[in-house]
Amino acid sequence: MSCCADFRAQVSPGRTLPPDVEASVRHHNGGDSLTLHVPDITCAACIGRIEDAIAASGANVRARVNFTRKTVTLHWNTQADPSHAIRVMRDLGYAPQPLAISQEKDEAGRELVRCLAVAGFAAMNVMLLSVAVWAGADGVTAEFLNWFAALIALPALAYAARPFIRSALGALRHGRLNMDVPISLAIVLAAALSIARVFGGEGETYFDAAITLTFFLLGGRVLDHMTRERARASVRQLATMAPATAHVAAPDGGTTPIALSAIQPGMVLEVAAGERVPVDGTLTKPASFDLSLATGESRPVHIGAGEEVLAGALALSGPLRMTATRCAGDSFLATLADLQRAAEEARSRPARIADKAARVYAPVVHLLALLTAIGWVIAGESVGEAVAIAIAVLIITCPCALGLAVPAVQVAASDRLFRRGLMLKDGGALERIKDVDEAVFDKTGTLTIPALDPSVPIDPRTLAAAAALARHASHPVAKAVVHAAAAQSLPLPRVSDVVEERGRGVHGQLDGQAIFLGAAVDGEGLVFQGADGSSTALPVTETVRKGAPELIAALKARGLPITILSGDRAEAVRTVAARLGVDDWRASVSAGQKLSHLEARRAAGAKVLMVGDGLNDGPALAAAHASIAPADASDLSRTAADIVMTGESLLEALEAIDTGRKAHRLILQNFAVAAGYNAVAIPLSMAGYATPLLASLAMSTSSIVVTVNALRLTPRPRREQAAAPITAKPVHP
Amino acid sequence: MNILVILVPAALSLGLLALAAFFWSIRSEQYDDPEGAARRILDDDKPPADEPRG
Repeated sequence: MSCCADFRAQVSPGRTLPPDVEASVRHHNGGDSLTLHVPDITCAACIGRIEDAIAASGANVRARVNFTRKTVTLHWNTQADPSHAIRVMRDLGYAPQPLAISQEKDEAGRELVRCLAVAGFAAMNVMLLSVAVWAGADGVTAEFLNWFAALIALPALAYAARPFIRSALGALRHGRLNMDVPISLAIVLAAALSIARVFGGEGETYFDAAITLTFFLLGGRVLDHMTRERARASVRQLATMAPATAHVAAPDGGTTPIALSAIQPGMVLEVAAGERVPVDGTLTKPASFDLSLATGESRPVHIGAGEEVLAGALALSGPLRMTATRCAGDSFLATLADLQRAAEEARSRPARIADKAARVYAPVVHLLALLTAIGWVIAGESVGEAVAIAIAVLIITCPCALGLAVPAVQVAASDRLFRRGLMLKDGGALERIKDVDEAVFDKTGTLTIPALDPSVPIDPRTLAAAAALARHASHPVAKAVVHAAAAQSLPLPRVSDVVEERGRGVHGQLDGQAIFLGAAVDGEGLVFQGADGSSTALPVTETVRKGAPELIAALKARGLPITILSGDRAEAVRTVAARLGVDDWRASVSAGQKLSHLEARRAAGAKVLMVGDGLNDGPALAAAHASIAPADASDLSRTAADIVMTGESLLEALEAIDTGRKAHRLILQNFAVAAGYNAVAIPLSMAGYATPLLASLAMSTSSIVVTVNALRLTPRPRREQAAAPITAKPVHP
Repeated sequence: MNILVILVPAALSLGLLALAAFFWSIRSEQYDDPEGAARRILDDDKPPADEPRG
């Protein structure tokens, strides 16, 4: 992971963005921008509320809400401090999360849309002219109209058919056939045949068919591109989990920065509080760490002098010194990343359904056209006429509906999931998740989330002040404090000058007095220090995540065996398993053991759905048939999972499976439509009855039928509103 | 018949005009947030927000 750029190099002084947010800042020549995902933008009023509050805050940051994508983009010139704008949003009760949306312009997508527009324009005008010819224009008029159609269609085709021809040439160069080969062939031959007929001054032209064909296929291509682009955007880069530089302790007591890759075993390194341990090593004196990256359990762990600490552990006290025992490439973090990469490669992804169809389709069509030409020559037709009929076969069998059948469904499905807070990473995941027949869950952070112990009463004023601070922190425990306050509907006071210290806690000012929420001095437990200097311990326990019991019950009702694999202690896992009614559970499981369990199940023929969040789940998520990670999961898990859930309720996982099933059904229906169309069209065209009019009508109808069929997956707006609310309601101060 | 010589180019140029308008609308990012645009129009007591270009 030494490939990651050092994000700290880009931090301007005085800025206090957390590193994962800082990593997604984009630098333009006019200033910087940052796009944040804000899942709880649900109503029109949110747009004005966020934009106005940030404009009024005087931070010199412009905010623009994108309601469709539920994002807020902040623009500022380099002097301004965007963290202030983020605080303003948190104060309003929203929960902005960094999102690595590609800000470089999506050139491929724009080119496709431009091609689509040109093809659409040409298709309309050429059809206008063709209709006149079909309606009976003859003689000079027909010739004039045909010349005009050629004048429009040929440049339009030269421009709009480029995506297909480029892809077809690429496939042919590698000696393969793809769906674009018959498409390009049909377009080129239809244009060539039509030009010959225009010059010859007789016969009907196929300009209309060629350009309409291009238009519909481009429509499919645009939809396909949209799903991929959204998938790409939701894949977050393996963020800066390992620091890119470390500090070597010099004999005189100072430190010198050193590149991660240059660390040699035996070097003495210094790690500040809130920093991650760069490589595996042994401690020179005792310190406490957050090992949640490795174990998934966020309780601070005390490590004694001389004991080993693993890379990626977050130092809670410091500065501390350690002796490196391994190079960065051999450290625990790197090993885990390797394990995950290997698991990803080993998973034999079943070929996507569209690719399977294409592999059969292209040779069959070409063979049919060839047989048609030979057949007609044998039957005594002139070679020219036979070739013309063969071309007609190619045009009419061109996979219009087939090209739309899958992408249209996948766009509708991923849109449906997006509205439910599920980010689909690729269309293939949808095909895989539908046939899972077993489910494996991680416990901590997945089935359970941290919560304040309800049996210990806390003074409401203290809790309200703590929650007001906790709103500004991203740690799961902070969310527990906010939830506890929300459960009692406490009005939250306004705090100012909030600073989050990663791994330590949050500082702020309440009525001019300093308050603090975070880890206790000894690193054990959560404390709140009030304005009067008093310190209150807030006992943290864990509670079952919303929707988890319902999800487990629903999966069991469908007959899926359920397993819990947790790195936690046996008693903790037993309690949760008993509450959820799961009999098959294992405690103290390491990342490697989780992976081998998944591999064993796969070898046994099971299609396992893995739901997990910790770093130790990453390899297992990658090895599973399909996988889901909650949005608060570790970066490694989010990268490994097929679907990332931004909502809090686990029950949405069921929606993913159901949508996968519905999408599969619709794809099959669409294939049936396409097959039915071909069953009628192929014999007609082989018999020489295919006219340009018939080709245009048939292709348009089948394309529209499959698109409309796919749209049945889009949720109706009313119902979606009722289902959308996620617990974090905006709280208005 | 002769009328076609005028009408067909007329239809074409109108179509080209629409095509140019569509290209312009793509370039000025009018399709980036269709749902938001539909809701912003209801929000009247506000000067138009700064459109970030880029």
